[in-house]
Amino acid sequence: MRGALKFFLTVSTGLACAFSVGCGGSSSSSSSTSTTSPTQTIVTSGANVAPISVNGGPSGNYPDAGFASVTVCVPGTTTCQTIDGVLVDTGSSGLRILSSALTLSLPQQNASDGNPVVECLPFVSGYTWGPVQTADVGIASEKASSVPIQVLSDTDFAAPAACTDQGASSDTLENLGANGIIGVGLFAQDCGSYCEVVQTAAGDFNPYYECPSSTASCQAIGESLAQQVQNPVALFSTDNNGVIIELPAVSEEPAVSGSLVFGIGTQSNNALGTAAVYTADPTSGNFSTTYSGTAYPDESFIDSGSNAYFFPSTTITQCGSTSDAPGFYCPSTTQNLSATNQGANGASGTVNFSVANAETLFNTSDFAFGDLGGTFSGGFDWGLPFFFGRNVFVAIQGQSTPGGTAPYWAY
Amino acid sequence: MGAVLAIVSFGLPAWAALGGDIASVQADQLHMQGSLRTTTAASYTVHEIQGATGAVVREYVSSAGKVFAVAWQGPWPPDMRQLLGSYFEQYRQAAKAQSSVRIGRRPLMIQQPGLVVQIGGHPRSFSGRAYIPDQLPSSVSAEAIQ
Repeated sequence: MRGALKFFLTVSTGLACAFSVGCGGSSSSSSSTSTTSPTQTIVTSGANVAPISVNGGPSGNYPDAGFASVTVCVPGTTTCQTIDGVLVDTGSSGLRILSSALTLSLPQQNASDGNPVVECLPFVSGYTWGPVQTADVGIASEKASSVPIQVLSDTDFAAPAACTDQGASSDTLENLGANGIIGVGLFAQDCGSYCEVVQTAAGDFNPYYECPSSTASCQAIGESLAQQVQNPVALFSTDNNGVIIELPAVSEEPAVSGSLVFGIGTQSNNALGTAAVYTADPTSGNFSTTYSGTAYPDESFIDSGSNAYFFPSTTITQCGSTSDAPGFYCPSTTQNLSATNQGANGASGTVNFSVANAETLFNTSDFAFGDLGGTFSGGFDWGLPFFFGRNVFVAIQGQSTPGGTAPYWAY
Repeated sequence: MGAVLAIVSFGLPAWAALGGDIASVQADQLHMQGSLRTTTAASYTVHEIQGATGAVVREYVSSAGKVFAVAWQGPWPPDMRQLLGSYFEQYRQAAKAQSSVRIGRRPLMIQQPGLVVQIGGHPRSFSGRAYIPDQLPSSVSAEAIQ
């Protein structure tokens, strides 16, 4: 689509401030005076561009989450279904669709003995459980053939205790808040080499199982890299080395729109430009964030699928544990804060951010919040608010990119 | 075959559970064969268990010999049933209740009078900690549990 119809929406600091409560009156439309928010360009058309909406999602109550539409087809056919309300998640890799949202019958992936392969993928907020099936996947004008995806269902197969012990199931619209998750994170597979063999040490979790029948007990299996649930972007024929999430600056709004752009430096509309590259640990997908004098090198990451800034603070007031915002911060006045990110490549940069009262924010009809924060004891989770007002590049491990060796984030 | 043996030898043992006593930690130690590191602070001892897949579990044992806290990090969550012991059901009920309060994907924060559990991360990297607030030695802050 090089050179084809293409136009840009330019959001300058001044324009962003027109919708922002906290902006000073002296902001001009020129970006040259800004030291904190350089001009952001959001590309809105192109064969490699899919719209993202931050609008509460298909359950109508999901704050700070971006949704896109994804088309899945029976492999090699034109029997297809477009599914909207799919959560765009840079914190995981792989496409997962609710069984209840899927009207197609997709081919089941089977283990070498013929038994169906079923996956339990833990997330912090609960696990997804369901069979691994194969689909052709399309989004924007990009296509990937015969992609292993996960179909989320509590009822097709009986989840083993090792899975249900992970907390709550996220296999329904009510629990997931989305019709699916498209994981466009740092890796080509959801698990990687860890899952190629069955882990036998006590306490080690196994995501992949084979299940002889809907009721028989499932057994952990090793799953080859190619058979694991795949980041569909890595399987596109072009624009396959990563994505860009482009969302405008926002204070609080009922909804905002942006773009999910495929490829980094592969088209005229996805150049890395002057974005700084922060490489991630190739095993864990973390970098290091220093906040309030403490470095968190073990569990700091950028994740559009987390719905706030989550970080440790002993000084910011938490919302009550019995409130409707447990785990979020509820300061009486908005806190202006900063933290410093450092990549494994040594790149370092400071990020300014703000945290407002979550209960107050949730008590509106808005779903896009730039200042939503919450607690996390062991690291810094840069959730969706981080993406507002800056384009964030996510480069996939093993792919060639203009920014050097992936995995990395750039912004 | 050597690789398989190594995994078995250096894998995580059956952990001492939260609220358990020192005897179970010592039993773990016998099975650890060098992958256990113990450090002593003023009022407690930390038993750090390193697994072959990169998982680390730290057990905090009071001078009275009780496991008052556990912390962990690894590519996937640990066996929470084993790690939390008699506190597991309380944890599971609280986790399910919290997921129904407000939709969204975020770190888990359970803060009850008798149990605190905090978990964060993403696929390929999870970490967390759990402790019994009224069993923390008086000189120990929750932030020390990492």
